[in-house]
Amino acid sequence: MKACIALEDGKVFEGESFTDEGETTGELVFNTAMTGYQEILTDPSYHGQIVTMTYPLIGNYGINAADAESYKPHAAGLVIGECSRIASNYRSEISLPEYMKQNGMFGVHHVDTRAITFHIRSKGAMKCVMSSIDLDPDSLVAKAKASAGLVGRDLATEVSVPEAKEWPAEGEARFKVAAIDCGIKINQLRILNAMGCTVRVFPANAVAGDVLAARPDGFFISNGPGDPEGAKDSIALVKAILDQNVPTFGICFGHQLIGLALGGKTYKMKFGHRGANHPIKNLLTGRIEITSQNHGFCVDPDSLPEEVEMTHRNLNDNTCAGLRHKTKPVFSVQYHPEAAPGPHDSRYLFQQFLDLMAGVHA
Amino acid sequence: MPKRTDIHTILIIGSGPIVIGQACEFDYSGTQACKALREEGYKVILVNSNPATIMTDPETADRTYIEPITPGVIEKIIAKERPDALLPTLGGQTALNTALTVSERGILDKYGVELIGARADVIQRAEDRILFKETMEKHGIPCLKSQLVHNLDEAIAAAEEIGFPVIVRPSYTLGGTGGGTAYDMEELKDIAAGGLKASLNTTCLLEESVLGWKEFELEVMRDKNDNCVIICSIENVDPMGIHTGDSITVAPVQTLTDREYQDMRDAAITVLRAIGVETGGSNVQFALNPADGRMVVIEMNPRVSRSSALASKATGFPIAKIAAKLAVGYTLDELPNDITRETPACFEPTLDYCVVKIPRFAFEKFPGARPLLGVSMKSVGETMAIGTNFKEAYQKALRGLEIGVDGYDLKYESTAASISDLAVELQKHRADRHRLIKYALKNGFSAAKVCELTKMDPWFIDNFQQIIEIEAEIQQAKELDADLLRKAKSNGFSDRQIAELRKKDGLDEHKVRALRKQHGILPTYRLVDTCAAEFEAYTPYFYSSYQTMDQSRVTDKKKIMVLGSGPNRIGQGIEFDYCCVHTVFALREMGYETIMVNSNPETVSTDYDTSDKLYFEPLTFEDVMNIYENEKPEGVVVQMGGQTPLNLAVPLMNAGVPIMGTSSDSIDIAEDRKRCRELLERLNIKQAESGTATTLEEAKVIAERIGFPVMIRPSYVLGGRAMMVASNESELEPFVQAAFEASPGHPVLLDDYLDRAIEVDVDVLCDGENVHVGGVMQHVEQAGIHSGDSACATPPHSLPDDVVEEIKDACIRLAKDLKVKGLMNIQMAVKDKEIYVLELNPRASRTIPYISKATGVPLAKMAAKVSAGQTLDQLDLRVRQKFESWCAVKEAVFPFNRFPGVDPILGPEMKSTGEVMGIDTCFELAYWKSQIAAGQVLPSSGNVFISARDADKDWMVDIARKLHVVGYGLIATEGTLHALEEAGLKADMVHKLSEKTSPTVLDRMKKGEVDLVINTPSGPIARADEVVIRSEAILRSIPIITTRDGAEATLDAVRHMINRDWEVHALQDFYA
Repeated sequence: MKACIALEDGKVFEGESFTDEGETTGELVFNTAMTGYQEILTDPSYHGQIVTMTYPLIGNYGINAADAESYKPHAAGLVIGECSRIASNYRSEISLPEYMKQNGMFGVHHVDTRAITFHIRSKGAMKCVMSSIDLDPDSLVAKAKASAGLVGRDLATEVSVPEAKEWPAEGEARFKVAAIDCGIKINQLRILNAMGCTVRVFPANAVAGDVLAARPDGFFISNGPGDPEGAKDSIALVKAILDQNVPTFGICFGHQLIGLALGGKTYKMKFGHRGANHPIKNLLTGRIEITSQNHGFCVDPDSLPEEVEMTHRNLNDNTCAGLRHKTKPVFSVQYHPEAAPGPHDSRYLFQQFLDLMAGVHA
Repeated sequence: MPKRTDIHTILIIGSGPIVIGQACEFDYSGTQACKALREEGYKVILVNSNPATIMTDPETADRTYIEPITPGVIEKIIAKERPDALLPTLGGQTALNTALTVSERGILDKYGVELIGARADVIQRAEDRILFKETMEKHGIPCLKSQLVHNLDEAIAAAEEIGFPVIVRPSYTLGGTGGGTAYDMEELKDIAAGGLKASLNTTCLLEESVLGWKEFELEVMRDKNDNCVIICSIENVDPMGIHTGDSITVAPVQTLTDREYQDMRDAAITVLRAIGVETGGSNVQFALNPADGRMVVIEMNPRVSRSSALASKATGFPIAKIAAKLAVGYTLDELPNDITRETPACFEPTLDYCVVKIPRFAFEKFPGARPLLGVSMKSVGETMAIGTNFKEAYQKALRGLEIGVDGYDLKYESTAASISDLAVELQKHRADRHRLIKYALKNGFSAAKVCELTKMDPWFIDNFQQIIEIEAEIQQAKELDADLLRKAKSNGFSDRQIAELRKKDGLDEHKVRALRKQHGILPTYRLVDTCAAEFEAYTPYFYSSYQTMDQSRVTDKKKIMVLGSGPNRIGQGIEFDYCCVHTVFALREMGYETIMVNSNPETVSTDYDTSDKLYFEPLTFEDVMNIYENEKPEGVVVQMGGQTPLNLAVPLMNAGVPIMGTSSDSIDIAEDRKRCRELLERLNIKQAESGTATTLEEAKVIAERIGFPVMIRPSYVLGGRAMMVASNESELEPFVQAAFEASPGHPVLLDDYLDRAIEVDVDVLCDGENVHVGGVMQHVEQAGIHSGDSACATPPHSLPDDVVEEIKDACIRLAKDLKVKGLMNIQMAVKDKEIYVLELNPRASRTIPYISKATGVPLAKMAAKVSAGQTLDQLDLRVRQKFESWCAVKEAVFPFNRFPGVDPILGPEMKSTGEVMGIDTCFELAYWKSQIAAGQVLPSSGNVFISARDADKDWMVDIARKLHVVGYGLIATEGTLHALEEAGLKADMVHKLSEKTSPTVLDRMKKGEVDLVINTPSGPIARADEVVIRSEAILRSIPIITTRDGAEATLDAVRHMINRDWEVHALQDFYA
């Protein structure tokens, strides 16, 4: 079934649906990870985005329940080179196309994904419509132009838990953590639970009083989709959290919210960072971590007040990849130490969070 | 932290001759390392015995020693050059082992040399099976369950614990003899008993069997700050049990979830840390149980490897170069990624394409060797292809293999196995398993059944199945329309393959091509950029794929395209890559944009900074023509890459492509037997009587005319495939049949076999008018032994000057008459002072690098300049040797140790995989060095087993006498013994094997009492016992000589070296 991918700048790519027929709208981005399509699809940060995988052969190992990063796929669509006919892995429970169909998700393959990547890299991430129903380029481009886009929108609350929920620690509970779910990936919870944290997950727009009332040993601000500046309620919530002087750890969108709450600014990047091979230098230790990334917005380090220092730098483009408060027990990173998908080099940051909480105890 | 300033001079050890398991990938890595270190201002000392390498070009290192790679030689070089450091991780296992021995002998301490890249303890931990396992266990890395046992009771207990099947590996045996896989206790008792007996220290390792598990490799780099990155992940299509060098492999991994992949990544990095690799690249191999995901580490190499060369070409990340820089103290984040320039080398390359590597085998060269694959590597070369999907890459790689297939085509359906045997045969690791798979899938075997039998992952089998389905679709479609054609092309189908499938339309390759162009279905060229297009890439490294976006950046500069030599094979190896690289260098010097086309990932020519543009593509008419039409170069060079590009000359020319250098008519005269004979007659140059036969009857008539013995050879094959000497009519028939089979549809050539003639190779350079004789090389072995297998010496060591002058004169006249523009190789035989031409090859020959190194005149470079229009008087062709007396000897190196039971004798069919050079001030010394370099460590005392057929007894007695005089003991069987005694010589008698009475020569060999074997074959069909003796010698690394000339040269060298030491010389010191 033929399908078209139309961008707001008038560029149109052709492919074929590998799911049911459909039409979907979102910001078209690319991810350069060679493994982990399932984690990417189920990562709530991709809410509102159509993901192009630069690695062309996708679906090879199927889908399994254990590797899901949330209860359903969140990406608005998937664009790939070739979808595998079979799923070959001992843990596979369902094939990729079946899984997407069950979840009403639209996917297109037999696309020149390198051409798409090249286009986005040159022109920037942009609004897109892809369809197997409407194949008229003009109509599709018009729809893409008219679509909402990401800037200024609060998407986090759209993917957040509706009400607070508890994730108990594995074994003996050592710490109580309050997590703000802006689109949290389950692996962040898995790791915290495994390290002895009982995590109470709050909605992104929770009332500050409710969150603070939990009196946790630490606050955790998760990743999430969209423009952080659009998430006004969440920024206010993070501000209230930071006033507590309690250990606080932010990842990705959470990092951006902390940056904003501390008085900094964020900006939209040309095409962002999405992949599992980004080198990050820890400026405190000099060590390099290969990291998993998924962000289209970034904290401007020059906008940060003096009491905040940059702790991590992306070596590809020197953007800010981590910060900490000089006097408060607050730190955050732009990338994904929980990986899934991606390398495990940055797991130490969770330990750092635990150490901070332990320090406050002591 | 910048580079180290406390070291200034670094010694690099190369990998020596090309052998199975160690090929030109180490020239690639060594050359990169030399360049990288000199770029940083270090003085580089290099030792490598292989002259056919770019790394041994006098410009590559500061001091270049073409000397045997032995601990003794390394000590001599260290004493002379006093390096500060030794970098052992770039010359394969040879360099690593030699460095370790040098270190253990205290030589490094004595001279204050530091091992960089890998310390001695690191090498030990990685190489020693037990130490490795202990280290892994200490760091919690799962590896194979195993146990050392010393008797049967221990073996039974160990097997109970490990479980069946269990592998029994006896320690200290030859070639893995005595071991095996036991599936139950009864089998174990048998195998363990045999293994314990075979082991010299009655010890066996019992190891869990992972036969049939999936195999993976990760290429890891680590710097001194403990930053670790994975450069490439590789998945083997073949299961565990087939050596990774013999497996079809694919990058990146295809069938692992992110969770499994990241666990493997963590383990690989932990392995590097545990072993203690401080800096550089390593390769870690894993096995994974597809049933439950259990992963174990199999082994690791603390050095760059064949896989790292593949990984470099697959990703664009220059592992060897970066490894060299890390070894001198840089960290990954301090080094830029050459490809993107902006981003650092500290990252993990990401691919947006699929890479497939397929090995090439040479079983047909070794009659008696079973074409089965196992844990000992057998392949002699490999090809790599890049595509957007697996099917495209796989089919491109198949046609890049140059074995007469056009993809996973119809030829893959014929097989000797019957359907009823198929289930059994699929379980064997047959070299032709892909034929069986296709045959099975097309004949009612389900994909699941094929997976179960072959243990290949279902994902790969499904891809094969898809190719078969598309094939059927093409065959059955009413019409070959644009959509179907596009589908076929984007799944890797070649024009020839499509034409064959649409025979009913009367299509041929050219018609499919025309149809394709009519529909606008053209390949697009894409960049290999390490980053999946995320960043701008500057390196001009391309592959083709049928997609929408082309990135080939065609310029309007004046440019020349150079065709490489494809996968290594016996008869066409690194020598031709050397010539191609030199061509590119020369043309770049002349200001041309150079475009390299090749499909061999092991080579320097496929390094992305060798040429201005690199197209990593199969060398077929279709693929080359596509690039030609895209780039429109001024000309194409076909004479440097051996037979591969030469075979394309005529089709390309017919398609209107300008061929550089010698005209195709001259090429035709040289290659066509009849026209060649006319030429020689006209120039009054003798040639051996010969004739061309298309039937057996014709062959008989010609043989009658010429008189026996006659040499029989097929036309249009390389490396003397199926060449044989028939000494009577009864031998003629089978040999002629074999020759017809080797080159079906082509005539068989019969030549007068010049018995006891001296063979000579000459390489000349001609600009169409003037001729320069690059060198005259006298073979050590007599005419009839393939020139590639014979040792040879330049200048000629025993030919009289007037004969040499006559040879030169004939060559000059031939080159002038043919108006050669570039190189020509002439093979001649000299008998009774008469010279005969055997063969004209109007192209760069195998001897070009050797003769260039010997004389200091880079002939390939000069030839490239000539083919681009320069004349000889514009070139500096002076022989640079400054010593009054000098000699360079080339010796061939053979893979017989890989083919147990195969008779290691020489004949007209080439069998060697590589070569070494010995160079010094006289023939004897140069020959001595060449023998050591080739691994024939000649004993200065001890016992020689002598055995000869009756016809050889006279000269054998003579040699025996000389051996006796210099103090060797003699061992012989009855017949030879008798002849020796008659001549007044004493020898120890051994029984013939057939007598089944001790002692036989095998018993003496086992006791270590035989130090040299001189044994000539009894006839074209050897007796079983002589084969056993010769293969036993190979297994035990006892030097063996099978020809009279070899024996005489060896004896001369041995006698010359008595009470004499020898020196090492840098190439730079030979040259004025």
